[in-house]
Amino acid sequence: MQTFFQQLINGLSLGSIYALLALGYTMVYGIIKLINFAHGDIYMLGAFWGYYVINVWHFNFLLALLSAMVICGICGVVIEYLAYRPLRHSPRITALITAIGVSFFLENGMAYLFGSNARDFPQVVKQVNYDIGGVRISNIQLEILITSCILMLILQLIIKRTKMGRAMRAVSVDNDAAELVGVNLNRTISFTFALGSAMAGAAGVMIGLYYNSIDPLMGLTPGIKAFVAAVVGGIGSVPGAL
Amino acid sequence: MIVLKANFKYNVCWLIIMIAGFYIMNTLIMIGVIDSFIENMFVTIWINIILATGLNLIIGFAGQFSLGHAGFMAIGAYVTAIVTQKAASLGGFYASFVIGVIVAVIAALLVGIPTLRLRGDYLAIATMGAAEIIRIIINNMKITNGPAGMFNIPQFATWPIVYIMMCVTTIIIVNFINSRGGRVIKSVREDEIAAEAMGINTTKWKLAAFVLGAATAAIAGSLHASYLQTIAPNDFGIMESISILIIVVLGGVGSVTGTFLAAVVLGVLDTVLQDFGTLRMVIYAVALILIMVFKPSGLLGTWELSIRRLFNRIKRRSV
Amino acid sequence: MTTILKVEHLEKVFGGLTAVADVSMQLKNDELVALIGPNGAGKTTLFNLLTGVIPPTAGMIYFREKEKLVSINNKKTYQIADLGFARTFQNIRLFKNMTVLDNVLVAMTNQYKEGFIKSVLRFPSFYRTEDEILKKARDLLAIFDLDKDMYKLASNLPYGVQRRLEIVRGLAMKPKILFLDEPAAGMNPEETADLTRLIRQIQQQFHITVLLIEHDMSLVMNLAQRIYVLDQGKLLAKGTPSEIQHDKSVIKAYLGEEG
Repeated sequence: MQTFFQQLINGLSLGSIYALLALGYTMVYGIIKLINFAHGDIYMLGAFWGYYVINVWHFNFLLALLSAMVICGICGVVIEYLAYRPLRHSPRITALITAIGVSFFLENGMAYLFGSNARDFPQVVKQVNYDIGGVRISNIQLEILITSCILMLILQLIIKRTKMGRAMRAVSVDNDAAELVGVNLNRTISFTFALGSAMAGAAGVMIGLYYNSIDPLMGLTPGIKAFVAAVVGGIGSVPGAL
Repeated sequence: MIVLKANFKYNVCWLIIMIAGFYIMNTLIMIGVIDSFIENMFVTIWINIILATGLNLIIGFAGQFSLGHAGFMAIGAYVTAIVTQKAASLGGFYASFVIGVIVAVIAALLVGIPTLRLRGDYLAIATMGAAEIIRIIINNMKITNGPAGMFNIPQFATWPIVYIMMCVTTIIIVNFINSRGGRVIKSVREDEIAAEAMGINTTKWKLAAFVLGAATAAIAGSLHASYLQTIAPNDFGIMESISILIIVVLGGVGSVTGTFLAAVVLGVLDTVLQDFGTLRMVIYAVALILIMVFKPSGLLGTWELSIRRLFNRIKRRSV
Repeated sequence: MTTILKVEHLEKVFGGLTAVADVSMQLKNDELVALIGPNGAGKTTLFNLLTGVIPPTAGMIYFREKEKLVSINNKKTYQIADLGFARTFQNIRLFKNMTVLDNVLVAMTNQYKEGFIKSVLRFPSFYRTEDEILKKARDLLAIFDLDKDMYKLASNLPYGVQRRLEIVRGLAMKPKILFLDEPAAGMNPEETADLTRLIRQIQQQFHITVLLIEHDMSLVMNLAQRIYVLDQGKLLAKGTPSEIQHDKSVIKAYLGEEG
């Protein structure tokens, strides 16, 4: 029973990071039917940004998290604008290959700039372990769990309650029809990328905190995993990915 | 017999081109223009052509999005490795081709029958999963030497054999595309419901294209194993499938000529960039993105080189 | 005249909605029959049931094979098509990125065999069959004045010609029955007149049974020998055009209570 709860806690904290990643995947897929292979690499960018600001500018965890979200959001929008927008009306397989190209670019670009070795993620939060009925929970796990829950809640609110969220849902059902009723397609898609990438950035900082180690190829495996999770959970639907 | 006579001329032309290619290569090696480094590049390009032409048949002509091509390649590679290590003779090498193709066909049937019902991205995931399963099985078997892979595989696949096999598989696939079967699989790609209403068993034909593609992938795998002499399960992962897919899409989905061109362009690019180290993949990625953004249908779209059209143009000009 | 298709008490329920209820009908050799009814009456559903696209909830469909009427309830679409059913679709379904010739050749798929080995190794017998089938396809296209566009992509043809090609593609299957699903939809009066002539020509020249769904009453009354009227899934009336025109229940269904 104890090991079960221990596993549950470990699984939940790691799983919530993956869920954040899968959410971005799903949103982008839902809205432009593109399997965004580069999504995992945005998460890698987030981790590196966190590493950089904590080490050089001595940001605290929250500040690092928020700045990584902003930076990754901007990256997502720029990538969409440069690489995916020109291909909006081409065959989907072309956009897929472009996404793979972007993924290669980010991975190898980072490897070129920073070297491909794994490096230690700074410990901004001092690890404290709590013992609850034989189950060990670290404050890092708690922090991750709480942060991702808050982020998911915010995301849910944005999608369900705001005008932009409504536009996103409309575009995912039928983008031509959405455009006809006055939804600004480009702005909506940019916003989706910003939102999804921000989530990935947050996930990146948190995984750095969790594993203490980051490298330029770290986005590849979770990228593919999240892709599978997103498809199996019903790609395009937000609760499915969770 | 009108069609036969007219085609005889074109077929002879293609044969001459193939033989000429062989002799040019042969001469260049003899006079030392092509060293073993460049020869290696050519062989890699040819093996990629076999793989990508087969995948183009599945994706471009039959319209089924498969991401598991490397799995069938792995089957061919491992069968050849195992058989030629046991029976190190040219006969054993050729036998390993046949066995590899048979195993790959059986695997393709097992994978294809349940998955080809799926569409688009779901099919891609399913085939990707199937290729992963093949890789994991190889990873855990004793006869394949597990994750370490196999070394010292006898080298029977010299460049002439790879060249000839490339010509043969291309002829088979192109001739299949330009026959009853090719028309049928294209109709399935265009509109499955309409094809069904024409009396076409769509499942059967999708499977046929899938199996044929898998068989050629197995041949490419056999050549790969025998030429490089070293293989490991990780050579046949998802990244290998993706790199074959890149060749297909870059050349133009539905153009065999495009596949040839893209395989050559990427192969040469890869070799030229060899000196750049890490920057190599960055340049490669930028090139890929730029080509896709400015030429979304691939380098050649669906255009095919046709000797017949060439002849007709010359005739018209001389009149 | 012998019965070629016999439908008995056919029923289709989607969820709780009865799309087709207790429909019985018969088609005879060389007959031109029309199926009419207001929108949502279940005409296309009936077509889909007859061609095996969807299975019926209840009822039987029989088709004449040689001398006997055989049930085709459990057959798949392609098997039914192979027995001699050809159809066109409400919203044209051509093989758009293939040439006109290839569209027709695909429809002839089951009329010739090439064999994998023979075709990939280009045996002389491959060219012989290819020659023969090409000639047949060309002749058929020539009858309908499509041979000049033979090498054009189907998607590059004008709308009316695409409709014609879809019908010709159906004919290329050498069917015993041809189902036409709203062939005049989206056509101007001139094109509709051409279509009327085309359908008549087909029926006379090829001796096949034609079942036609159509909204254009001038076309129906001009062509059909018999008419079935469907309303809310049920068979409302059947008879000759003049009988139908004077049938009170039909007028009511089309024009409402007051009419």
